[in-house]
Amino acid sequence: MLFAVLGIFLGAALSPLVVRVSRQAAGWILGLLPLGVFVFFARQLPAIAHGETVRQSVPWLPSFNTPLSFYLDGLSLLFALLVTGIGTLIVVYAGGYLQHHEQLGRFYVQLLSFMGAMLGLVLADNIFVFFIFFELTSLTSYLLIGFYHSEEESRVAARKALVVTGGGGLALLGGLLLLGQVTGTLEFSQMLSMGATVQSHPYYLAIFILVCAGAFTKSAQFPFHFWLPAAMAGPTPVSAYLHSATMVKAGVFLLARLSPVLGGTAVWEGTLGIVGGFTMLMSAWLALRYTDLKQILAYTTVMVLGLLTMLLGVGGEEAITAMVTFTVVHALYKGGLFMMAGSVDHETGTRNVRELGGLREAMPWTMAGAVATGLSMAGIPPLFGFIGKEMTYEAALHAESFGMLLLGVSVLSNVALVGAGLVVGLKPFIGERKGAFTREPHEAPVSMWLGPLVLGVLGLAFGVYPALIDHSLLQAAQTGILQESHELHLALWHGFSPALMASLVTFALGFAVYAAWETIQESGGMAALGTAFGEVPGRVFERGLYGLARFSQGITTLFQNGRFRWYLFAIFTSLIVLVGGGLAFEAQLGWPTFEGEVAYYEAALAGLIVLSAIVAVRTQGRFIAILALSVGGYGVALIYLLFGAPDLAMTQFAIETLTLILLVIVIIHLPGIEGEDSLGVQVRDGAVALGCGALYTIIMSTIVDVPLDRRVSEYLAGNSYTEALGHNVVNVILVDFRGIDTMGEITVLTIAALGVYVLMRMPRRIAHEKEPEEEAEENETAD
Amino acid sequence: MELIISVVCGALLAASFYLLMRRNLLRFVIGLIILGNAVNLLIFAMGRLTRARPPVIPKGQKVLEGAYANPLPQALILTAIVISFGLLAFTLVLVYRNFAANQTIESDEVRGSEPSDTLDVYDETKRLPA
Amino acid sequence: MIYSLILRVAVRLLVPLLLLFAMFMMLRGHNLPGGGFVGGLVAASAFVLYALAAGVTRAREVLYVDPQTLLGLGLACAYGAGLLALALGKPFLTGLWLHPHLPLIGDFHLGSALLFDLGVMLVVVGTVLLMVFSVEDRLPGLVEE
Repeated sequence: MLFAVLGIFLGAALSPLVVRVSRQAAGWILGLLPLGVFVFFARQLPAIAHGETVRQSVPWLPSFNTPLSFYLDGLSLLFALLVTGIGTLIVVYAGGYLQHHEQLGRFYVQLLSFMGAMLGLVLADNIFVFFIFFELTSLTSYLLIGFYHSEEESRVAARKALVVTGGGGLALLGGLLLLGQVTGTLEFSQMLSMGATVQSHPYYLAIFILVCAGAFTKSAQFPFHFWLPAAMAGPTPVSAYLHSATMVKAGVFLLARLSPVLGGTAVWEGTLGIVGGFTMLMSAWLALRYTDLKQILAYTTVMVLGLLTMLLGVGGEEAITAMVTFTVVHALYKGGLFMMAGSVDHETGTRNVRELGGLREAMPWTMAGAVATGLSMAGIPPLFGFIGKEMTYEAALHAESFGMLLLGVSVLSNVALVGAGLVVGLKPFIGERKGAFTREPHEAPVSMWLGPLVLGVLGLAFGVYPALIDHSLLQAAQTGILQESHELHLALWHGFSPALMASLVTFALGFAVYAAWETIQESGGMAALGTAFGEVPGRVFERGLYGLARFSQGITTLFQNGRFRWYLFAIFTSLIVLVGGGLAFEAQLGWPTFEGEVAYYEAALAGLIVLSAIVAVRTQGRFIAILALSVGGYGVALIYLLFGAPDLAMTQFAIETLTLILLVIVIIHLPGIEGEDSLGVQVRDGAVALGCGALYTIIMSTIVDVPLDRRVSEYLAGNSYTEALGHNVVNVILVDFRGIDTMGEITVLTIAALGVYVLMRMPRRIAHEKEPEEEAEENETAD
Repeated sequence: MELIISVVCGALLAASFYLLMRRNLLRFVIGLIILGNAVNLLIFAMGRLTRARPPVIPKGQKVLEGAYANPLPQALILTAIVISFGLLAFTLVLVYRNFAANQTIESDEVRGSEPSDTLDVYDETKRLPA
Repeated sequence: MIYSLILRVAVRLLVPLLLLFAMFMMLRGHNLPGGGFVGGLVAASAFVLYALAAGVTRAREVLYVDPQTLLGLGLACAYGAGLLALALGKPFLTGLWLHPHLPLIGDFHLGSALLFDLGVMLVVVGTVLLMVFSVEDRLPGLVEE
C-alpha cells in the first residue's frame, strides 16, 4: 500500500517528462499508473470480502509516535478503488481535454499528486498521516481549481476552496488530537472498538464538533456548500474527479470512518440528519435554477453529499447499505456526466443547456455515455441509480424515528434530481438541433468519450446484475462502517413495496419537472432560492474575507505607520502598563531599606550626572547638549573608578573623548536642535519618560533588596589565575572565559566601521554645496 | 548607594526616553548615548557596588580573597561601552547621510521607505486582489 | 584640522607617549587594569589627536597602513588565537601557554590570550580610525579652511 501511494507521487514527479516525450499519448501512458494501482487493490478484494483487514506500518517519525501506517478494510478499499478507477479514466480524459494546453505537464503533476494524497487519505491509519493527506488534498485541489490561474474567477474559486477546506482541516486536527488523547492511541484501527469510551468521555462533544467542522467543510455541507459550485472554475477533468470520487467524498469518508467511534448518539443522528437533509433538499432544487451543465452537476453533487451525510446520521444496516450503494452510484454517474459536459463544451463551445440540443448525430458515443449516466442519476431502472434510490427510501422507511419526514425530504430531493438528471443527460442530445455554436459540433476523441461510456456501462451492469459487487465490495464497506457483518443483497425488483410506490411518485413528479424545467428555471421562486442559498453564502464569505483583510490592514496602519516616534511611544507605554502593572499586582513592593554610608562626593557625583541629563534634555544649543553629555559620561566613569572598576573607568574616559570628537566633527555640519513639539506633546512624552524612569528605579531598588547569587563571579575570581594565568579577572573573562563573546563583539565592531566607511564614501549628493533651487530641480529629476 | 544609583539610572533613562521621542534626530542621537550610559550603570549597580579592591588578584596569590568588586558585570559593560560607540558612530553617520540626501533631520519627514501616507483603508471600491 | 601652534607642538610629544602607553596598557592587561580595549582606544586617540593637529592625510601617512588593514589583521589575530587551539586538537579558543625562562626577566608566561588581546586592540584601533578618518575625509575640518 505504501508503494501504491508513493508510486503515484513518483508518477506525478515524472509526468512532465512523459508529456514532453509524447503529448498525444501522455494520458494513455500515465493512465496505466492508476490502472495498475486499481488492479492491485482489486486483487485484495476477495480477502477483504472475507472480513480480513490489512495493516501496514513503516517507521517514519518515531519521536512523535507517528509511523507511516496504512489500514485496508472494506471502507478504505471501496474508496481506494473509486479513487484509482475513476482516476484512470480522468487521466486518460485529461490527455484529450487539455492536449493543446501548454501546461499539460504541470496539470498532470497536480492531478497525480492529488490522487496520491487522496489515496493516502483513505488508506491512512495514523491520525497524523490522515491529517497530512487531508491537508494535502486541500492544497493540491487548490492548485487544480486554480489551474487557469490567469483568470480571476479561477483564483477566487481556488482561494475559497482552500480557505474553507483548509480551515476545516485545522478544526479536524484539533478533533483528532482530542480523540487521540481520549483513546490513548493514534491509529484508527485501534480506535474503532472504543466507541463506548469516547462517547462517555466529557470531550465527546468537542471532538464531535471539531470532526464535523472538518467533514462538513470538506464535503460542502450547508452552510459551507458554496465553495463546491465555485470550484467548477477549474478544468473539467478536475471537476469530474473532485466531485465524483475524491475531495468532496473525503468528508463523508471521515464521518464513515469515525462512525463506529462517534456515531449512534442523539447529537450525531440529529446533527448529521438535519444538516445532511437540509443540504440535500436545498441543493437539489438549486440545481434546477442554473443552465450551466457544470453548475447543475455541481449542485447535484452537493445534494448527494447531503444525502450521504444524512444516511450516516440515520445509521443502521439499511441506511449504511444505502450509503455505500449511493457512493458507488454517484461516483459512476457524476464522473461520467462531468466528462460528458466537458466534451460537449469542448466540441460545441458552450455548456448552456438552453443552447444545446440535437447533438445525437454529431456525438453518438458521448451521447451513449451521457444517457446511461444521466438516467442512472435520475434513478431510472434498470440502471444502478435506481437501486441506490430504492435503498435510500428503504432506509428512510425503516429509520427508527422521523421515518416519514426523511422519506418526504428524500422524495422531494429526488424529484429534483430526476429532473436535473434528464436535463443534463438527455436534453443536449435530443430535440431540435440548435444553432449558435461557436464551433461545428463533432464527436470528441476516443480518450474523451471512453470515460463516460465505461462508467455508463458499469452503471448499467451493476444495475442489472448487482451481484457483481453487492456481496463483495459493498458488504465489506458496510462492515467497515458498522464494524459488524450483515448480509448485503441488492436487487432491481423488490416486489410491490412502499419504496417502489415512492419511486413511482418520484418519477411522475420528476418527469413533470423535466417537462416544465424552462418555466421552473426562470420562476421567481427559484430566483429567490438561488439568491438565498446559491449566492449569498459565498458572498458573505468573500465579504468576511475582505473584512478580515481590511481589519488587518487597519491594524497594520495603526501600529506600523512608519513614524518611529510613535513606535517608541507605544513601546514605552506598554512597558509601563505591562511591566508596571505586573509589578504592582505580583511583586511584594516595600519601601527599600537604605544601607551603608554615602560619601558626600559620591552624592555630589550622582547629582552632577542627573543635572547633566536635565541640561541635555532642556537645552536648545547643540554644543551645550554634547557638553552636558560628556560631563555625564565622565561622571559615570568616575563612578566606575570609585567602585572598583578601573578598567571600565579607563575605557569610559577614552570612549567619552572619542565620542565628543566625533560628535563635534559631524554636528557642525548639521542643523541645530532648536524647536520643540507643542507643549501638550512635551508633557505627554515627558510623563511617559518619567514613568519609565520611575519604573526602572523601583525595579532596581527592589532587586537590590534581594541577595545576589555570586557563584559565577566567585568561580571566575577563583579560577582566573589557576586556569588562565591572569591576575586581572575582568581581562581574563574577556579574552579567555568568554573569549567567543569578545570575538563576536570585535566582528560587530568591524562591520560597524565598514558600515560607516561605506556610508561616507557613497556618491556625494550633498545639498549644502548647491543652491536651493538647483537642489529642488535635481530632486525632481531624480524622482 | 545602590539606591542612589537606582535613582540616577531612572533619571538617565527618563531623559533618554524623552529625547528618543523627539522629532529632531540629533536629539535622538543624544538620547541614544545617554541610554548607553544608563544601561551600563544599571548593569553595574545590579552586580552590587563595592568600594573595595578591583577584581585583580594580588601578585603572588592565586585566588582572589576578601572583598572585591564583582568582575562579571564589569566584563559585560566593557564590551558594551565599545559597542555603543560603534552604534553611535553608525547612527550619527546615518543621520548625516540622510541630511545630505533629504535636507532634514526631522524624523517625521524621513519616510522614504514608507507608504506615502496613511493608507486609505475604507475605500469601498477597492477590491481584494484575487 | 585645527591650526594651533600649541597643539602641533604638544602632539609631537604626546603621540609617541600615547602609543607607548597604549602598548603598555595592552601588555599589562592580563594582570593589571588595562587590556586590548583600553590599549586600542588610547592608541586610536593618539592618531585622532594627530589627525586633528596635522590633518587626516598626514595622519594616514603616519599610520602607514590603512585602518581596514588593521581591522583584518586584528580579526586574523583573534580568530588565529582560537584556531591555534583547534589545530592542536583542543576546543576552539582554549588558552595555550608557553613558559619560557628568559634571562634577566625571569619566569614569563606567553599565551594565546595575548595574541587574542592584540587582535582586539588592532580591531579597536582600526574601527575608531576608520570611522573618524572617513568622517573627517568627507566633512571639512573643525574650522573652515
